[in-house]
Amino acid sequence: MSDVTRAAGAVEAEPAALSFRRSRNLKERAIGLILFASAAASTLITLGIVVVLLGETLTFFSHVSPVKFLFGTQWTPLFQNPRFGVLPLMAGSFVVAAGAAVIAVPVGLLSAIFLSEYAGPRLRGVLKPMLEILAGIPTVVYGYFALTFITPLLRTVHPATEIFNAASAAIVVGIMIIPTVSSLSEDALRAVPTALREGAYGLGATKMEVSLRVVVPSALSGIIASFILGLSRAVGETMAVAIAAGNMPNLTLNAFESMQTMTAYIVQASLGDTPHGSIGYQTIFAVGMTLFLITLAMNVISQWILSRFREEYE
Amino acid sequence: MSDHLSPLGGTHSARDRRRRTLGAVFALLCGAATLVGVAALAVLLWDLAADGLPSLDGRFLTSFASRVPERAGVKAALVGSVWLLGLTALIAFPVSVAAAIYLEEYARRSWATRLIQLNIANLAGVPSIVYGILGLAVFVRTFGLGRSVISGALTLALLILPVIIMASQEAIRAVPPSIREAAYGLGATRWQVVSMQVLPMAMPGILTGTILALSRAIGETAPLIMVGAVGFIAFTPKGLGDPFTVLPLQIYNWISRPQTEFHALAAAGILVLLVLLLTMNAAAIILRNRYQSYR
Repeated sequence: MSDVTRAAGAVEAEPAALSFRRSRNLKERAIGLILFASAAASTLITLGIVVVLLGETLTFFSHVSPVKFLFGTQWTPLFQNPRFGVLPLMAGSFVVAAGAAVIAVPVGLLSAIFLSEYAGPRLRGVLKPMLEILAGIPTVVYGYFALTFITPLLRTVHPATEIFNAASAAIVVGIMIIPTVSSLSEDALRAVPTALREGAYGLGATKMEVSLRVVVPSALSGIIASFILGLSRAVGETMAVAIAAGNMPNLTLNAFESMQTMTAYIVQASLGDTPHGSIGYQTIFAVGMTLFLITLAMNVISQWILSRFREEYE
Repeated sequence: MSDHLSPLGGTHSARDRRRRTLGAVFALLCGAATLVGVAALAVLLWDLAADGLPSLDGRFLTSFASRVPERAGVKAALVGSVWLLGLTALIAFPVSVAAAIYLEEYARRSWATRLIQLNIANLAGVPSIVYGILGLAVFVRTFGLGRSVISGALTLALLILPVIIMASQEAIRAVPPSIREAAYGLGATRWQVVSMQVLPMAMPGILTGTILALSRAIGETAPLIMVGAVGFIAFTPKGLGDPFTVLPLQIYNWISRPQTEFHALAAAGILVLLVLLLTMNAAAIILRNRYQSYR
């Protein structure tokens, strides 16, 4: 009441402009609130993930001790006499991710060096979109490729290979993460100032020496971050491994045998009949939590390396 | 010509020649590594075309799934994919763009803003199957939406939200500050500046990012298995609560059968999916190029 009279006294001549300004401010406020709510909603997703995973995982741990879960060597949750040792699933994820890294790390890094140091703009303009297409192909397609092309190929080379095997899954996941590694590494290489290269050339270095001894070391933080990010994608990769690696929890390092990854188990369990509230249902969340924590840790480490060891030029 | 003068006046030694040969070998190695990706793409497409083209005809596109391979088609999956894509876009686009506007134009530098930003970056790295678990627990069970189109669309919307937010932020950031300052100078409010100046200029970039995010969504399989899109569906969805299937799920369903006839169907289904993907990517590239020519 009091500020209305004060305002009316101040701009007696223009009450219309005043109410216009007031409604305009109100509208601005409301819009700001809506926009803020949208941005805040993104944090709700993380909150939702954590609450959902944690809730069911805690229920799961009231039936199964965390020690047995983390260090048990047998995973047979749907058997008469169930065992809940997650190690075989972790071994599956590890073998696939390690195999994928063996392919994607050297190929990705060398491609990045080629695209950033050797290829001219025209060649780069042709090659880069192709790698982008490779990155955009759905993972179920890679699964098909692994099962119908890579596995038969492996079986002619190494006849003891099982129909479902971790090796073919690792190979396609490796192909799949080449673009992740190469494009992030290339960004890091290109961020190295030209002056550093010119300095090395001035000292008589060859292009290879410049690339390997000047550019790569200067971009190392970005390159390593790209490796970790690629690995984290390999661990989280689902369809290709569910199709190609099979559904046999198998604590081994022999990639030519059938293995089940954490992701493939989650798919298998949710395809099957696992009633809400059963221990089978809860295993989805316990394994999902494990997967979430592992990939989150890798992503955080990769970001930390980027920010901590970034070389600041200029 | 092989006896270049070295900077110190002498001719090239054997060691110099070795360095140069090594350099040439390394260049070849790098080139070959780049070709690995390209070759993999070529083999993949060739393999798919060889397996899938014979089954790909008009009947394949207009028939429902069937237990008889010769009569099976992708109609339900194709229609389901289009439904899901439309709904996902409707849900994810406004929220993502609003969030991006807030972060770029409204937010002050505070710990809350930094937290939101950090969170979005981390969400982009969460495996898609974890979103599936979230969708299963929240939309299917807690909200009681069941194994329906809307559950699937909500789950995929969450999945691509961080991707669209980051792309939109980049597009908004690329609008020159002078545009905003001029508008403020004329007495525009913040929202007027955003809605009349910033958004129109950033829209091509935002749309490009959205299309690319949607082309990721259309190939997603794992989260939809979690929210229970079933493999054998012989009808198209009529409403938000209907069960559904999508192309990648139908493909997965065919791949997981032992008979090779179904594998050929899977390959044909993949070709349909890839054509859809390529169309979306082409649209994004055309938008991007037009956008670049403006500046």
